[in-house]
Amino acid sequence: MRFLLRRLGFYLVAGWVALTLNFFLPRLMPGDPATALFARFRGRLAPEAMASLREAFGLTRAPLWRQYLTYLAHALRGDFGTSVAYFPSPVLHVIGTGLFWTLLLAGSAVIISFAIGTLLGVAAAWWRRGWIDGVLPPALVFLGALPYFWLAMVALYVLGFTLGWFPLGHAYSDDLTPGWTFGFVADVVRHAVLPVGSIVLATLGGWLLSMRNTMITVLGSDHVNLARAKGLHPARVVLRYAARNALLPSITSFGMALGFVLGGSLLTEIVFSYPGQGYLLVQAVRNQDYPLMQGIFLVITFAVLGANWLVDVVYLWLDPRIRDSAS
Amino acid sequence: MSDGPRREAIGIALWWDAIRRDRKAATGAALLAAFALVAVFGPLFVGDPQALVGIPLQPPSWHHLLGTTGQGQDVLAQLVVGTRVSLAIGFGVGLAVVLIGALVGVTAGFYGGRVDGLLSLLFNVFLVIPGLPLAIVIAAYLPSGPMTLSLVLVVTGWAWNARVLRAQTLSVRQRDFVAAAIVTGESDLRIIVDEILPTMTSLLVAQVIGSTIYAIGAQVGLEFLGLGDVSACTWGTNLYWAQNDSALLTGAWWTFAPTGLCVALVGFALSMLNSGFDEITNPRLQLERAWRTHLEARGIRPSRSTPVVPDHD
Repeated sequence: MRFLLRRLGFYLVAGWVALTLNFFLPRLMPGDPATALFARFRGRLAPEAMASLREAFGLTRAPLWRQYLTYLAHALRGDFGTSVAYFPSPVLHVIGTGLFWTLLLAGSAVIISFAIGTLLGVAAAWWRRGWIDGVLPPALVFLGALPYFWLAMVALYVLGFTLGWFPLGHAYSDDLTPGWTFGFVADVVRHAVLPVGSIVLATLGGWLLSMRNTMITVLGSDHVNLARAKGLHPARVVLRYAARNALLPSITSFGMALGFVLGGSLLTEIVFSYPGQGYLLVQAVRNQDYPLMQGIFLVITFAVLGANWLVDVVYLWLDPRIRDSAS
Repeated sequence: MSDGPRREAIGIALWWDAIRRDRKAATGAALLAAFALVAVFGPLFVGDPQALVGIPLQPPSWHHLLGTTGQGQDVLAQLVVGTRVSLAIGFGVGLAVVLIGALVGVTAGFYGGRVDGLLSLLFNVFLVIPGLPLAIVIAAYLPSGPMTLSLVLVVTGWAWNARVLRAQTLSVRQRDFVAAAIVTGESDLRIIVDEILPTMTSLLVAQVIGSTIYAIGAQVGLEFLGLGDVSACTWGTNLYWAQNDSALLTGAWWTFAPTGLCVALVGFALSMLNSGFDEITNPRLQLERAWRTHLEARGIRPSRSTPVVPDHD
């Protein structure tokens, strides 16, 4: 329990740093931040919209610490201001429309990639110097060196445009009404294959290599030799005795990988015009919709922090050493 | 020291020899050298990359080896000129990120206690905050250009190096030779620079290579989103324009395929160089390989045992 509370404290600090960064960034802009920010929107926004924007950002004439406190109070209530591009929708509402799609894309990509990559890593370590071990690591390193979004572009070009096997973009067909019907879910899956597939392909190598390398160390350790000497079934030795222990470092990097994949999925969304956070974020940048942009940054950060904490819970459950020292 | 330069010359010669003998490292180094040549001299041989030289979206031909863009510029010229800026930012950021990481990580690991607690908290927080969204937000606020791009990449990229180097410093700090240096009353700076850092040379090299891979990938990604200087000519902006001119939906593969392949090739070359270095500088891996060939030559199937490294030959 102490372990989980300590981690929770750390994520709270991280969340506070993100909030603070978010507060000071607009003020780093050359010149007076308030006027510079609002000069851009003059004429495009009604005066009351400007006032509400100013209010939400705490960009008033009050001293900096007062502005900061106002901003924190607003943020804690989930009030990130009003979107400029989608005025008068509140930022949180606009973000809500895209959150599901990003979580679907990044979440399924991370889980699929982790599962396949780890299993391949186990196989590569077990049949060391076999064909899996010889062919896959260099091939996947090469694939991993490709930018995510470029892989997505090639997949879209070859499988979508040239062969016509998959739709060219968006999360679902326009002529379908969203709902939990079989037709709609199947359509969503069909639309997700290319974006998810390209992320999985780009990230597979990392999981494979880290699992392979730890597995090789663990396979040489005494408890595995003992298990083998006892004549246990090889599958049992590999999975229960070796893989379970070798999994721990991969679990630790799982949390950080989430952040990476979320970033990568933002780019992938652009290629497929997939209506998630990345698409919204780029639209916000192009429209200079700063409140929306910063809201998206905060929501993504909090999502990653929350996911990391869940990973800690899983880690505690998997690693008896930490569990015992904690109780 | 009077034998300083000579010693360094011998060191470089040894490295060079090792790289030449390791297949992975040699492949990586050769590929990188080719790209470096293109970056330095390439722009002299192609025309102005921004000049409108022909009908937009022509497929590759003898006249335009890689075709033309959606604006009617020569793709090959853009690719070659873009190499220079992209690689310069990549390597510059790679170096800067490791420098900052070393400064923070080694300080944290060497001093320990409260300094360590504070610095560790700092880089752990930066590690857990997702980099790309942060980079996008910072880049959106600053005037676009190579300086902004480099700054953003450094801010979002230093933390990992700090973490690794802190861990390494912690373990080196325990060794006797460091304790001896402290007892003799050496200054902290001297101990760090002369005693601790030299033990981490191979790790630092690996980190520069790894950080460069990160810097090139992230840079291309940010520029692809239009956060670089879109009027400049770099790999990322080339892809940005390809996407903007809907290259995909018009079937103009030549406007995005070569650039992505170049990014991948540089990344691949750097990874090869890195794992090659690992084999060169890790005596255990070297010995394992020698032992294996020794056994296989006698028809024995090598087991999973790890050979013990002798102190000296």
